Amino acid sequence: MVKSTTKDAQDLFHSLRSTYVATPTNLKIIDLYVCFAVFTALIQVAYMALVGSFPFNSFLSGVLSCIGTAVLAVCLRIQVNKENKEFKDLAPERAFADFVLCNLVLHLVIINFLG
Amino acid sequence: MGGKSEPAKSESMATTTTSPDLINSSFFSFKSLKLKTKQQELLLRIAILGLVYILAFIARLFSVLRYESMIHEFDPYFNYRTTLFLTEKGFYEFWNWFDSESWYPLGRIIGGTLYPGLMVTAALIYWALRFLRFFVHIREVCVLTAPFFASNTTLVAYFFGKEIWDTGAGLVAAVLIAICPGYISRSVAGSYDNEAVAIFALLLTFYLFVKAVNTGSLAWALGSAFGYFYMVSAWGGYVFIINLVPLYVLVLLITGRYSMRLYIAYNCMYILGMLLAMQIRFVGFQHVQSGEHMGAMGVFLLMQVFYFLDWVKYQLNDTKLFQTFLRITVTSAILVGGIALGVGTASGYISPWTGRFYSLLDPTYAKDHIPIIASVSEHQPTAWSSFMFDYHILLFLFPAGLYFCFKRLSDATIFIVMYGLTSLYFAGVMVRLILVATPAVCLISAIAVSATVKNLTSLLRTKQKVSQTGSTKGAGSSKASSKVTLDQSQPFQKNGAIALLVGVFYLLSRYAIHCTWVTSEAYSSPSIVLAARGAHGNRILFDDYREAYYWLRQNTPTDAKIMSWWDYGYQITAMGNRTVIVDNNTWNNTHIATVGRAMSSNEDEAYEIMRSLDVNYVLVVFGGVTGYSSDDINKFLWMVRIGGGVFPVIKEPDYLVNGEFRVDKGASPKMLNCLMYKLCYYRFGELTTEYGKPPGYDRARGGEIGNKDIKLEHLEEAYTTSNWIVRIYRVKPPTNRL
Repeated sequence: MVKSTTKDAQDLFHSLRSTYVATPTNLKIIDLYVCFAVFTALIQVAYMALVGSFPFNSFLSGVLSCIGTAVLAVCLRIQVNKENKEFKDLAPERAFADFVLCNLVLHLVIINFLG
Repeated sequence: MGGKSEPAKSESMATTTTSPDLINSSFFSFKSLKLKTKQQELLLRIAILGLVYILAFIARLFSVLRYESMIHEFDPYFNYRTTLFLTEKGFYEFWNWFDSESWYPLGRIIGGTLYPGLMVTAALIYWALRFLRFFVHIREVCVLTAPFFASNTTLVAYFFGKEIWDTGAGLVAAVLIAICPGYISRSVAGSYDNEAVAIFALLLTFYLFVKAVNTGSLAWALGSAFGYFYMVSAWGGYVFIINLVPLYVLVLLITGRYSMRLYIAYNCMYILGMLLAMQIRFVGFQHVQSGEHMGAMGVFLLMQVFYFLDWVKYQLNDTKLFQTFLRITVTSAILVGGIALGVGTASGYISPWTGRFYSLLDPTYAKDHIPIIASVSEHQPTAWSSFMFDYHILLFLFPAGLYFCFKRLSDATIFIVMYGLTSLYFAGVMVRLILVATPAVCLISAIAVSATVKNLTSLLRTKQKVSQTGSTKGAGSSKASSKVTLDQSQPFQKNGAIALLVGVFYLLSRYAIHCTWVTSEAYSSPSIVLAARGAHGNRILFDDYREAYYWLRQNTPTDAKIMSWWDYGYQITAMGNRTVIVDNNTWNNTHIATVGRAMSSNEDEAYEIMRSLDVNYVLVVFGGVTGYSSDDINKFLWMVRIGGGVFPVIKEPDYLVNGEFRVDKGASPKMLNCLMYKLCYYRFGELTTEYGKPPGYDRARGGEIGNKDIKLEHLEEAYTTSNWIVRIYRVKPPTNRL
């Protein structure tokens, strides 16, 4: 039972890896950005666990800016991905402009909230 | 327009076998007709919307025309006072305001405990008008804010109806919501309360969110996040949005309608909306700490899981592997989420649902545990008559609209169905929430009306066209022939359609008449000026409240402290400009219970309490002379209950006789000697109020009072208004001790 699940997991891992190599470069860049943002958020949470959460608004604004930009990047990835049939008539420039605008609003609010 | 395209189709089908000349000429005339029709249609729509805009505004102006341009009721006076402060002192002072004039001696942090949306909106309109050199008084702006935003709501309703169904439904929705009594009740001119702006923000947020889900555009989702921010800044009812939207997303996920557009719309709105909402100090960190907001976070995490699974499924292209992966991920996600929620709730980090919202889920909770919430008349469960009064024909058009929505299910119609059903449930629990259900009911009813009228008119039109061209064609298509046979077998179908259309027209006109009557009779009273009919049918106005407040303003020292029941607190600070002990904010139950205890005790004990609170004047409202039934004697039992909730020395059965509340000779001795009784009925025993009745006849209770010979030891009468409605007493300083 354990052996079959580990073999399944290995198969899973290999097939995922092989198909991922085939994705276009711009999507890989966006994925890298998302991973970086999530990693930064995790570092902040670990730091909060060490030193305590005062002031809470600063902690929240830091974590939410990372999560927020990660989520917005995922939305950009969805809209730019040529294999998504729902968005084939959306220009990638428009998607990027929306992404920049939302990030601008996000970071303006974060700056106000940072204290 | 569906009606127009159908005859075009049948015409083109019927004329396929006729000569080319006929095609060319009919096609050409139809083409030129179509251009003009489109422009005519646009003109018609703009004209209708313009008229609806004006109608929504002027339908709410009854009280301004009958009385004067003044602020109504109790809460709007606080909003008016804060808006005045904002326009005089500026935003920084407003945002950091600590008010020492209310809740003496505690004071109130106003900057951090109000929803600033309404005040900022009115101040912006005021500054905009001043910029254009219209020097209006801020009070006029405050009075007319609600009708202005009601007009804007009709526009949003039009666009929302267009998004859900089509332009016809949008137009009907705009008309229905312009005059619906459920909405008018809280947005008449003068009702300067949070709901005036909040319903506009609510509908705007929902419209922008549904638009974002339909288009999958990040820009619309950003718009809905801003709409949500406006809603959070305007009203505490934003909790409805932050629970309905995740519930809707959950329903879509369960029914298998997950899509990328949904992901984009919800995530952008949630993150940005949450961040923007936390900028309001009163809301603070509730979005991550309160149990009422956890549903949104849970759905957010669920969406991430869904997206991840979707992506993995797409990458793998192999179902067996994916199934195992699915099993592992879903079980682990649910496990982690459950553990986190459990730990958070058990450790107390995630606060449970607060009393105000918990009483919506369990309506009996407030009566047993929180008497202050239970005592407000707006929080009582709704009777059927209220539903009929506020909705009229919309009440049975609502299920018809639900039927149409279920026939044509899409993401948008699922949303409006959920909004309608959940808001109607809450409207049944609390009268005040009929307001929140009104836009949903209007929209769904509009769908019913629009779809029915469209079907009936297309029935009329198709019949005419086919009967004309049926004779000219030869073989024809089966569809046209079936229509011809239909026509011959049921020749009265056209007449039936006409009769039904007349019926619909009659219903809608009765609705308009009912709405206007309800607005005029029931919802246009300012509550601060009372009106009655004299002996000759002329109107008599009782302006006692304002008379008393202006007396306070002009005849008491500026640092005087007024004790009254919390209903009148806002009005006293706004119009009388004096410090009060408790007001309508009701944030400190113990303080209110202290006042309740003072009112229910005998004069000596009450004097002790009043000395401890530095009270200089006591204000009571008495309706015995005029028959006014919302006076303090009728509210007295609530004072006893609230006081008794904190000080067990006050026991409610002491004031009742056999469970009955009486003020005549048979009343309990504790009742006959309490401060409230003495203050209300002082010198009343000498007054003859009604012809043929003994002196001291209380017209509001319908009985002769018990204790007519009242002597006051520690207080003296300062002022009684001309109709005895408001009575003010001065607290005498302690006698000199030797």
